[in-house]
Amino acid sequence: MKTYNVNEKGYYGEFGGAFIPEMLYPNVEELRQNYLKIMAEPEFQKEFNQLLKDYVGRPSPLYFAKRLSEKYNTKIYLKREDLNHTGAHKVNNTIGQILMAKRLGKTRIIAETGAGQHGVATATVCALMGLQCIVYMGEIDIARQAPNVARMKMLGAEVRAALSGSKTLKDATNEAIRDWINNPVDTHYIIGSVVGPHPYPDMVARFQSVISEEIQWQLKEQEGKTQPDYIIACVGGGSNAAGAYYHFLDDESVNLIAVEAAGLGVDSGESAATSALGKEGIIHGSKTLLMQTNDGQITEPYSISAGLDYPGVGPMHAHLFKTGRAEFISITDNQAMTAGLELCQLEGIIPAIESSHALAVFEHKTFKPDDIVILNLSGRGDKDLDTYINHFNL
Amino acid sequence: MNRINTKLQANKKLLSIYFTAGYPQINDTVSIIKSLEDHGVDMIEIGLPFSDPLADGPTIQASSTQALKNGMTSELLFEQLKDIRKTVNIPLLIMGYFNPIFQYGVEAFCQKCEDIGIDGLIIPDLPVDVYCNDYKAIFEKHGLINVFLITPQTSDDRIHYIDSISNGFIYMVSSASTTGAKVGFGDEQTQYFERIGKMNLNNPQIVGFGISNNETFTQATQYAKGAIIGSAFVKHVTKEGVDKIESFVKGVLI
Repeated sequence: MKTYNVNEKGYYGEFGGAFIPEMLYPNVEELRQNYLKIMAEPEFQKEFNQLLKDYVGRPSPLYFAKRLSEKYNTKIYLKREDLNHTGAHKVNNTIGQILMAKRLGKTRIIAETGAGQHGVATATVCALMGLQCIVYMGEIDIARQAPNVARMKMLGAEVRAALSGSKTLKDATNEAIRDWINNPVDTHYIIGSVVGPHPYPDMVARFQSVISEEIQWQLKEQEGKTQPDYIIACVGGGSNAAGAYYHFLDDESVNLIAVEAAGLGVDSGESAATSALGKEGIIHGSKTLLMQTNDGQITEPYSISAGLDYPGVGPMHAHLFKTGRAEFISITDNQAMTAGLELCQLEGIIPAIESSHALAVFEHKTFKPDDIVILNLSGRGDKDLDTYINHFNL
Repeated sequence: MNRINTKLQANKKLLSIYFTAGYPQINDTVSIIKSLEDHGVDMIEIGLPFSDPLADGPTIQASSTQALKNGMTSELLFEQLKDIRKTVNIPLLIMGYFNPIFQYGVEAFCQKCEDIGIDGLIIPDLPVDVYCNDYKAIFEKHGLINVFLITPQTSDDRIHYIDSISNGFIYMVSSASTTGAKVGFGDEQTQYFERIGKMNLNNPQIVGFGISNNETFTQATQYAKGAIIGSAFVKHVTKEGVDKIESFVKGVLI
């Protein structure tokens, strides 16, 4: 059967794999050999599901957005990942990976973070499990995301500044990988998105797949069918999109829409629209689409949303783009901010700016009145208040 | 015969030096290579700079960033090296990450290497299986030796596998670390060197990472055919410029 999911060698079509230095091979190989086995253990499943229910607050509601639907004359459901503990979908993955790390006997956890959401979600689960936590964060991001730095510290994590390169997310990821090279035995690296060497993209997608699993039965309850017509999600690295698409990947009656950050405009030179601007290459151990110079040097993206500000996309998304399985749409800073404010005023929900990019699709694409459109509301906007304040002079 | 294989037959311990092309100044590449050969270095790894060098510590990262700021590219490096074989005889390898080579086109990159007289490549993030499936034939067609790394964590089985597909030397990373992170060797390294020594591998081993001076060079080559110095040399040219390479090499070889 044709599948858009990963194959046994860790590839989505031509994308994926594990392009890692030999120093990382034992770590990544240990994970590759064990992750499916561990995830299939009934005890693991039980603990994972229990924590998602009692600690994260799942299932997250599938909410019919009545006023938003009226405005755009279609049926819009919001998958409320913003209501999770720590405020976004990120925690689904960190809960899964911390349980994985414990079963692998690891005692030290490292992570990278851009805006700080994944760092906070990692620090949270490390506090929960009593494990040492070190979060790498670009020096520039530390300066502009002070509240999340404080949260991580309160949760007991050590935040280390990435001082190399452009001092943002991609460099924080480099530093975390270097840490793992230097600490090959006791450390587990909790990657925050569906990026990195195999098996990370697949493992993270599986942990996030709880989103689409819930959508199936929730939609059945509300609409009497398990399949929507569309699923819309924003894509930085792409973990919330991977989770929202997961159970619908091979059901082509469900249209997938991936929303990337155009920044100041796709052709402005200040953008993070990887599908439009990227070429095939290697970033952080994975063959995928990434923004780079003609000479193969990785370039620095720009978006008002720190969570979409990544120069690559996960290999699953590169494959969905290349095959045309998902439609990719680029949304500018201004379009996203306007859509975010609209959701506040129509539904009383303040979205993360990442999710606001997905919401902006309704201004740019027309849906039929009886289409069922699910939008994955990946996070809440508390962390973005300063950006909203500055943008709208509130 | 490839210059690397010839050199490996020499009855001496080999000193190999890594430097970042285009650093400290954009046009230092050729003069560094000539100076290293003149002062007795046996083999050179020319570092092709990359924006995101995952396996490198701060010293080589900083030199790569500066080299890119100076304007170094794959094309410019090939241009600088085009007449290198008129004057330089020792083996030359290019060490770089896979993405710039992939963008250049692996076949075109290998062709350029052959035209210039490059003898081998070291690409830390090109996995062994991908190399074997997709690129081995291209490398061999252009007479290039691909050098693989092993570390203290690499299993015996995997070392034997890597040995079986190598045709030059094995780059023996001395400890689990990025470049320049650790200096000197402890018991763990001695045990590791002895373990590899007893495996009777087909390919000689050259030790890299943690070597910076005569003492560490001597320790490493007690067990291996040679040793590679990278970060310590890059630090030296950062501090002293390219005019005092002789003193660095003499300090290692005494």
